[in-house]
Amino acid sequence: MKSHRRRRLTIIIFLFVGSLTTVLISIFALQNYIDHFYLPDQIVNGEVPLERKIRAGGMVKPGSVIHDSTGLGVQFDITDLNDVTFRVHYEGILPPLFREGQGTIVAGTLSEDGVFSARRVFAKHDEEYVPPELKGMQEHDDP
Amino acid sequence: MKFVPSWLNRLASPQHFFIDIKPWIMWLYVLGTIGLLVGSVWGLAFVPPERYQGDSFRILYVHAPIAHLAQLIYISIAIAGVVHLVWKLKMADVYMSAAAPVGCWLTALALVSGMIWGMPTWGTAWVWDARIVSTLILFFLYFGLIVLRRVIPNPARAATALSILAIVGAINVPIIKFSVEWFNTLHQPASIELFGDVSIDRVFLVPLFINIASISVLSAGIILAYMRYLVVERNASMTWIQEWSRGKNQ
Repeated sequence: MKSHRRRRLTIIIFLFVGSLTTVLISIFALQNYIDHFYLPDQIVNGEVPLERKIRAGGMVKPGSVIHDSTGLGVQFDITDLNDVTFRVHYEGILPPLFREGQGTIVAGTLSEDGVFSARRVFAKHDEEYVPPELKGMQEHDDP
Repeated sequence: MKFVPSWLNRLASPQHFFIDIKPWIMWLYVLGTIGLLVGSVWGLAFVPPERYQGDSFRILYVHAPIAHLAQLIYISIAIAGVVHLVWKLKMADVYMSAAAPVGCWLTALALVSGMIWGMPTWGTAWVWDARIVSTLILFFLYFGLIVLRRVIPNPARAATALSILAIVGAINVPIIKFSVEWFNTLHQPASIELFGDVSIDRVFLVPLFINIASISVLSAGIILAYMRYLVVERNASMTWIQEWSRGKNQ
């Protein structure tokens, strides 16, 4: 390689590695702002602002969903793998993919008593794609 | 440079590129179109629905190949940027200009198909999570590449500016890729890892890979055809182009 080409290539590599480092350091410093939602342990440990619009996410605890006898009101628990749990109150239509044992994200406010009042509920689908005849045959199906 | 094969060396010359590539384009179009038809019909009609998502998961066959290729093309443009800055190859500059609009369209389609997918599954078309925002940034980067070419009148300076934007912007691609692992996002993590697990059942996979291959082949055809167009446009004053166009008109 001719020397002027080598010099240009070196400049480009430094330009790229320099900007890459800058950007990566910035986004990891801003991780709390880039994360789309808080996890159950952050909610339970009081690491989140109260009475402010936030998002929280986790897994809908199996067997915890209670529909009100009248109206659209619903309560359920959101949990993580370590069984840290908080309660959610919501009034509205749940997305079709919302189900027990699946991921969900709720947007709303956390009150002082640790109950989350959701304005909106989203269903978070996982990366598993399984045909219906195999349902129940795979261990990841029912966590 | 002995490590470059002679046919590739030959393609670096606009004139040889223009002549040699022509017969390939039709084949790429035909192969890509047939593949897309086969993969899409297979994926839309002959594959069972997904256990939870039902039929709405089938947009996977559109969304995933397009989004994947949109990122791949950006990387290729960045490599062309390096080649242009270091070796000053004319065709690298032509490639950047030809591939940017294709990538821009693919990114737009990836965003739109993702929104269409999000409505029945997530319950929303748009959230500001890391995956979606970084893909939106990819769209703006492509848009920047297209605009930069138009606003800088001097072609050599435009090519240099394009290369730098392409190289620096390439940082965004690994961020898109790893956004779902580094951050909490509504978007699910990757289903197919190059050196790891595939969490898509086998019955779903074949049409997906057919579509990924076909959209790549079809896009390659479109990019090469557009490159030939740009070669004519930029070399219009050359004798070989004028001879070619005279030969065509007879």
